[in-house]
Parts: sequence; structure tokens; C-alpha cells
Amino acid sequence: MDWLNAVVQGTLLGGLYALFAAGLSLIFGVMRLVNIGHGDLIVLAAYLGLTVTTATGMHPLFALIVVVPTMAVIGYVLQRGLLNQTLGDDLLPPLLVTFGLSVILQNGLLEIYSADPQKLEAGALETASFAVGGLNLGVLPVLTFAVAVAVIWGLQWTFYHTALGRAFRAVSDNQDIAQLMGLNRRHIFGVAMALALGVTAIAGILLGIRTSFDPSIGGGRLIFGFEAVIIGGLGNLWGTLAGGVILGVAQTVGAKIDPGWQVLSGHIAFLIILAIRPNGLFPRISA
Amino acid sequence: MGSILKLDRLSKAFGAVTVADALSYDVQQGEALGVIGPNGAGKTSMFNLITGTLSPNSGKVEFAGQNVTKWNAARRSHAGVARSFQVPQPFSGMTVFENAMIAATQSAGLHGHEAERFCLEVLEQTELLPKANVLAGSLTLLERKRLELTRALCAKPKLLLLDEIAGGLTEGECASLVQTIKDIHASGVTIIWIEHVVHALLEVVDRLIVIDFGKKIAEGEPHAIMNSPEVKEIYLGIEADA
Repeated sequence: MDWLNAVVQGTLLGGLYALFAAGLSLIFGVMRLVNIGHGDLIVLAAYLGLTVTTATGMHPLFALIVVVPTMAVIGYVLQRGLLNQTLGDDLLPPLLVTFGLSVILQNGLLEIYSADPQKLEAGALETASFAVGGLNLGVLPVLTFAVAVAVIWGLQWTFYHTALGRAFRAVSDNQDIAQLMGLNRRHIFGVAMALALGVTAIAGILLGIRTSFDPSIGGGRLIFGFEAVIIGGLGNLWGTLAGGVILGVAQTVGAKIDPGWQVLSGHIAFLIILAIRPNGLFPRISA
Repeated sequence: MGSILKLDRLSKAFGAVTVADALSYDVQQGEALGVIGPNGAGKTSMFNLITGTLSPNSGKVEFAGQNVTKWNAARRSHAGVARSFQVPQPFSGMTVFENAMIAATQSAGLHGHEAERFCLEVLEQTELLPKANVLAGSLTLLERKRLELTRALCAKPKLLLLDEIAGGLTEGECASLVQTIKDIHASGVTIIWIEHVVHALLEVVDRLIVIDFGKKIAEGEPHAIMNSPEVKEIYLGIEADA
């Protein structure tokens, strides 16, 4: 039963990792941009949540109403003002610029919020749990997983059933032709980043409720996000969810064997999958 | 009936390679203009200059009375310029219908059911309706060429640029495509057509220009042009009078 418990808890944890990864997956899929600053943007969202909850006394989940649109606007401005300028045939400029962004965000957060660990106070939600077939499930992890499934379903639906999604896929398929069809790729990229950071905002708030955070933890979240994306296969959102779950399960099972192995066993699982399936488990079929 | 497109001393060079050399001509509303010239003469580059994919070193492009030289490709597309590519470039991960919808919603600015109905009409006209839900990447060459045409038409163009759309097709395929293009022209769309398959071209166009080394070297009534010594020289591969 302990092992089953570890697997179930790991699966639920995987929901959080999938949320870290969904934004990365989305922007890589649409504009082939690898965002090194993604982890720090998650932490930024958590701090924005902290500011909103301390200023208004709101529950952190209600703070989403403010933080999601704020992050979306930041995303649009960031893309149009900065990142669009770095995109081209060369992959290096966006890597360098987002790396710089990561450094700036970390130091900016350090300056404003100090290095003290913070936490979003969510009252009873933090400890509430219910029993299912002999297992005790935390309400927060279950909620996180449900949100992850809903977000990925929503993104998938947007991609395949809306005009915006069609525009995303057209630009991702062939930017030059899309321009000739009247699509303004700079705007489309801006919208994609806005959507990605909207998802990041959700991830950041849920992270902040689950654990304490400080300005330096972005790098670690970025790695988990990357691993989930790559395990699942680039450009496949449901694959990203599966990748998050595999990573989460590997971590909790590793921790069960020895508490010191939690993070390491996640990385080992990632390396094994990368060695066996270099394109991930469910790569998007490309023509 | 006025001029819909006017190129005024348009020049473009990549280093020592000149793809457009003081290129000037007018295209009248409703006209079908044919363009011929040897490989590498700058015909496709001329299309890139008209659609805004390339910007000229000097000269001017006027479309529907407006100077569009500084406009980007998306803006010219909204204004009514559409093209097909010599090597078809569909959005291969999307269905034929979705490819058409991109042009109809983005370029022509249609919405919802109106856009869907319009796309279905065009697909019917270009004979791709049975393939509407097939991924564009899995189409045959003729179907891809027809998809190029479909996408261009779904943009509701005022000016349609066709780049060697008949190349690589069988006789029968070519004949049915020519018929489709004739119908499109008859509906009032202005066409500029680059083509090596001259007999197909001559069935449709009212006027012919010949381009070599980015320069317009002849212009006029199609059959007269084809019989001129200059053109014969180029097509026989003889060095033009040095």
C-alpha cells in the first residue's frame, strides 16, 4: 500500500510539473523558442500572488483573477518588446536573451522581496485531505492535478478547434507562408506568450500554496518543466502531462526508497527515457 | 478599368546577382499577364517583391493606386495580393480545409460560418472538396498545386500571382487546371502567371512579358512575342547579342 501511495502521490505531483511544462511546451511548439527564464517567471507569478494576497487579504486561488491576466499582459509585452527581436534562423540569441532575463528576474525579486522563503497562505486547503480506498489524498494535490488536466485539455482544444489555434499551427508550420496569408506572426507570437504565461501564473500560485519559495528556485522548476516536456515528446501537450506524471512518480518512488533520492531519481528516470527514446515518448508526428 | 499593379524601376540585387534590374510595367484591372524567361531570370524574385517577402533596393510598387513598397507581406495580403508557389508549400500538419480557412479568416477577414461556406465553395471550384479533411502533407503533386490555388483564392485576391503552377503535371491534369484558371480569370480576378509550360500559358493570358537577368526584354501580344527572334534566342539557349 505504501508503494501504491507513492505512485498516486507522484502522479498528483506530476500535475504540478505538467503545469510548469505546459507553457514551455506551448511556446516551443508555436515559435521554437526555448525560454530559459520560464522557471523564474513561475516564481515571479508566485510573488505576484504573494503581493496580491497580502495587500487584499484574498485567498491565493482568488488572486488568480488578478495574477493570470497580469502575467498574460507581461507575456505579450515581453514577446513583442523583446523576444520577437531575437527570433530567426539562429537558436542562440533567444537562449542568451532569456538566460539574461532569468538573471534579471532573480535579482529583481531578491531586491524587492529579499531572500527569505515565502509561502502563500491558503488556510484549510493546505492540509485538507480525504480517504479513498485506504489512501489519503490531499485536496490540494488532487485539485492541482485536475487543474493541470483542465489546462492541457483547454490548450489542446484551443489548438485544434479555434481560429487562434489554427493561426498558431500555421505560424508554427511555416512562418513565411503564414505571413503571406495575412497572419501577423509578431502578434500571434505575443498572444502565444500571453497564453503561456497565463498558464505559468496558475503554476506559480499552486506552487506557492504547496511549498515555500524564494527568488532562487526558478532554475529547479525550469529543469522539471524541461524534463516533463522532453519525456512527453516536443510539441505534444498530452505527452507533456504524461511526462510530468512520470517525473513525479519517479521522484516519489525514489523518495520512498531513500528520502535523499527524490530529485536524483527523477533525473535518472529522465536520462533513461532520453537514452531509450531520444524524441520522447509521444513525439508529435511531423510530415 | 485602371492599373491595379504598377512596378516602377524596381531593382534588387543579392551581392553581384541582380534579380530585378529597373523593372517597370503596369498590369490593368482584370488583365491576365504571362511572364516567361529562362531559369534564374528573376521571375520568382519579382513575385517576392510584389508580395512583400523581399524589399527592393530601389524603385516602387504600387497596388490599387497605393504605394505599397514599404508594406509587409501580411498587409499586402490583406489588401488583396495572393500567390501560389512553384514548389507547393502547404501547412502540411493541417488539413486541406484548415489550410483554406487560414487564408479565408486571416487574409480575406471572413468569420465563422461565412468563412467555412466560402472555403467549401472554393474547394469545390478547385476540385479538392473530396480531400477537405485530409492532411495537406499527404496530397499528390496535382492536389498540392490545387491547394496552392485554393489558398490563394480563399484570400479573395484582387491580384493572383501564379508561379509555375502547371509545371510537373501530366497533359490531362494541366488541361483541367487551365480550365480552372480560365474560370477564375473570367470571374474578374487579375492574374500574373509565370510559366514554362507555354501552351498552357497562351490559352489564358492577354499579354506576355519576357524577363532575363532581372530585366524586361520584351513585352506584347503573346504569339508575336513567342515568335520574336530575341525570345527564340533565349529559349534555344543561344547567347543574346553581346
